[in-house]
Order: sequence, then C-alpha cells, then structure tokens
Amino acid sequence: MSASTYIRYELIRNFRTRRFFVFTVGFPLVLYLLIATPNRHEHDLGGTGISAPLYFMVGLAALGTMNAVIGVGARIAIERFLEWTRQLRLTPLSARAYIGTKVAAAYLTALVTVVALYAAGISLGVSLSPAKWLQMTALLLVGLLPFAALGIMLGHLVAVEAIGPTVGGLGALLGFLGGVWFPLGDGVMHDIAQALPSFWLVQASHVSLGGSGWGVTGWLVVAGWTTALTLLAARAYRRDTSRA
Amino acid sequence: MTHSNGIAVELRGLVKSFRTPKGVVQAVRGANLSMRAGEIVALLGPNGAGKTTTIDMLLGLTRPDEGTVRIFGRPPEEATACGAVGVMLQTGSLIRDLSVRELVTMMGSLYPTPLDVDEALQLVGIEAVADRRTQRLSGGETQRARFALALVSNPDLLVLDEPTVAMDVEARHAFWTTMRSFAMRGKTVLFATHHLEEADAYADRAVLMAKGRVVADAPTNEIKAMVGRRTIRATLADVPLSGLMLPGVERVDRRGEMVILDCMDADLALRALLDAFPHARGIELTSAGLEQAFLELTGANGGSEKTLEEVLR
Repeated sequence: MSASTYIRYELIRNFRTRRFFVFTVGFPLVLYLLIATPNRHEHDLGGTGISAPLYFMVGLAALGTMNAVIGVGARIAIERFLEWTRQLRLTPLSARAYIGTKVAAAYLTALVTVVALYAAGISLGVSLSPAKWLQMTALLLVGLLPFAALGIMLGHLVAVEAIGPTVGGLGALLGFLGGVWFPLGDGVMHDIAQALPSFWLVQASHVSLGGSGWGVTGWLVVAGWTTALTLLAARAYRRDTSRA
Repeated sequence: MTHSNGIAVELRGLVKSFRTPKGVVQAVRGANLSMRAGEIVALLGPNGAGKTTTIDMLLGLTRPDEGTVRIFGRPPEEATACGAVGVMLQTGSLIRDLSVRELVTMMGSLYPTPLDVDEALQLVGIEAVADRRTQRLSGGETQRARFALALVSNPDLLVLDEPTVAMDVEARHAFWTTMRSFAMRGKTVLFATHHLEEADAYADRAVLMAKGRVVADAPTNEIKAMVGRRTIRATLADVPLSGLMLPGVERVDRRGEMVILDCMDADLALRALLDAFPHARGIELTSAGLEQAFLELTGANGGSEKTLEEVLR
C-alpha cells in the first residue's frame, strides 16, 4: 500500500496535460518576459522599492502557482464526474490521502512554475541572497494554502461543466486584485487587496526590502483564509459524499 | 482475511428508499443474502429491481435505512479500506493521461497484496493496448481495463455490477471465462445481471430480486428444476385431449399428431403417460429454463409479485 506510487502517477498526469503547460508555466513565463523585459532597468516599481523584474517575477509566479493549486478543484470535479472518486472510495486510499495527493501533486507542479520564473528573473538581473530566495519561496508556498483549500471546496461544489470557467475566472480575478499586473499603490484598491490572500502571495517579493516580508497583517489574512476555506472545503466534501 | 466462519457476505434486512421529485421510491424493501467464501452468486433481476442499490449498500457507498452489512465479518467500509474487495461498478470511466498499464499499476499500488500488473492485463486480454492512453481506448477496451482495475487488487471478494452490459457476445464470453478462472483461485464473486443465461452458466447460485425484494435464493439448477415447468411432447394421434389430463399435467394441447403436455411435475406425468399409452413415440422433455422461472417469480408477465413458495404451491 504505497501512496507514493499514486502521487507519482498523479504528477505524471499533471505534466501530461496541456493545461499545465499553457496556464501553469507557459502563460506566466511568456507574460513575465513580455512585461518585465522592457522594464528591466526599473529599480523602484511604482514606489514599492522593489525592482520591476523582481516584482513581476513573483507576481507571475503567484499567478501560475495559484492556477496550479486552484486547479486541484478542476481535477476533483472531473474525477467526480467520471465516478473515479466513487471507485477510489472502494480502495484502501482514504479521502484524506486522495485530497492530500492532489494537493501535493499541485504543489510539486507549482514548484516547476516557481523555478521557471526564477530562472527568467535571474536572466533579467534579479539578484537576491540565497537566504532571501528561500524565504521568498517559503512565503509563496505558505501563501498557496488558502488556494488549495479553495480548489478542494470548488471541486466538491461546482459541476464539471462550470468548473473550468470558475477556476480560471477566480484565478484571473484574484490575481488582478492581488496586484499581479501592477503595484496597487495606497488607494481603495490597496485596502481591499490587503484582505485577499492573493495580495500576500504577490507580496512575497517584499523579502527583498528586508524584514519578514509579510508582517502580522499578512500572516493573519493568510491564516484566516486558510482556516475558513478549509472548513468550507470539509463541509463541501461531506455534503458531496453523503448525498447517496 | 476469512476470519468469519467462512461467511464472505452477510446482508440482513436491508431497506433503502430515496426521495425523488415524484415522491419516495422504495428501492430496496428487505434484502437478505448470505454468501460463503468461494461461492459465485448471481444477483438477478430486471431493471429497477434494486440490484444496484443493494450492491451500493453492500459496498458502503450507500447507507441503508435499515439492516446490516458484513463483509468477512466486518462493516463494508473496513473491508474495502483493507483492500479485501475488488469492484467493477455499473457506470464510471477511466481517468485520462495515463496508459492502461500505468493506470493498473497506480491502482494496484493502493493494495496490500496486488496481482502482478502484467498478469492482470493478461487476464483481461488487454496487453495489446497496454501502452495506449486511456482516453484512446474503444468502449470494449475500456470495459476490459475497468475489469483489470478490479482484478489487480487481488481481492477476496469480487463484486461486478452488470459488467457485460456494453459488451458484444464474444467479449461477454471472454469476460465470464476470465471471471471463472479468477474465481478458481478461491475467490468469492457476486455479480448482478439481468441476463438469465449468464446467471445460469456462470453462477453457483442465483438470488432473484424483484421490486426491492429477494424473491428466490437457490442454486441455479434447483431454481430451474423447481419452477422451470417442463413440457412433454409426444406423437400420440388417437387419444382425445381429455384423456391426457394425467397426474402432474396442467394443460394439454395438440398439433397434428403431436400432443403437448405442460407439466407441474413432469416426472409424475411422464410415468403416467407411459403407463396409460405405451405406444406413445418420439417423446421429448424440455425445460422452460430460468427465463420462465424468472417471469413467474418476478411477476413480469403481468402477475403480481410472488414468493418462491407461492409459485410452487
């Protein structure tokens, strides 16, 4: 009984889909090069104190990884539709392990995006100490937790016909409001964005300014969303599976 | 895993109703079933008899309103969680982006004592397309791959819910041959079907369901012998029909020189026939088969539902 084989094939499946190459890696990478290359000498983007190559590198890494992790929802919805989850309920794989493998595979997929964007960033002159790179990556990975819970919730809530647009639309909207495309300044949008988990994902680039990167507000927002969405996901899962 | 006095499956007093927009539907109204380890049992009945609901309750996919389920002495969730049960559900598709071999390997990896992957592929005869992605399989190949997924778990209990529905005659035959050879390893098999000939040919015992109830539970040949009314045909030109209402005969008819005797008890009738008319020639004895028994028991031929005892009375 090894979940590792299951994860391995789950990961292989992830890498074999077009969705992965287009939305998770290709799309963010190409957009990054398009946006950051002309601005590669901008050292203080919109008064953030962060260089444009670094800001957009983290912004688009946030977008790609967010898509990968919310995409767990699409995979769950499809497998429910195929009645594959029903088949799995009759195997020794527990529901917890099933969802766990989905999230783990999404995270590993997300790491590919992160590495690709980092490489592109370095090629445009992004330079950080090894400790900062690690710290930033850690913040990205922690910041993805609420999106994993969101994906699981949507996967059990949304029908297969609607899951694509739902996941894609939410990802784009949260990315936009979180400041993937431009720094949000100090206005109303900034205030709204601060309450969103995607904002803090993008803010992982703040580590370059010294300090912890997020501050108390960031940790509270991320923890709050993670908790709330995990509870909602658990509820959606129970309702979905007890229907019979 | 058979630490349950050799009892593989025990269903007691299962009741299940569903709320639908048209009101409450009583899918199962009291199903009892006991299977010894190593038995092959057919769950037989027309569509809507409650077979699939019963199987879903057996597997723990649906919680019964009343009654209990035990698989090898344990609740179904425990039995499936430890990998004792291999299942081919009536519906369901395969996940994409893996080859058949990869998918079977993935499934097998979840079980404590899986079959060798190649052996599972070979059993269902799907080696030729083993490296093809699941989304490129034909319907028949998909069914075989699903069967391989059930077998690779190397289960003590194999449950198949109308597995041959989408198969042609040849595929059907191959399927049941595989099932038989797998069962020979000492496995317990329960399969649902509405093909009487499948139950007759491949099961040791048939459990007939109609309208949510078990209406008969007996070895297939016994069901045939008990309720399969037999018909005697003989060439007997010079005897009036009234003279043929012999003991055990229910109805008589004539076609030219041939007389046809529908019998409740064909053994008795045949003896009486030969005693009374020793010159009868060309005697044929045919069994109506399970089909007739099935119609009698399930009331599908217009009658109300009856129990086996009522039919026999």
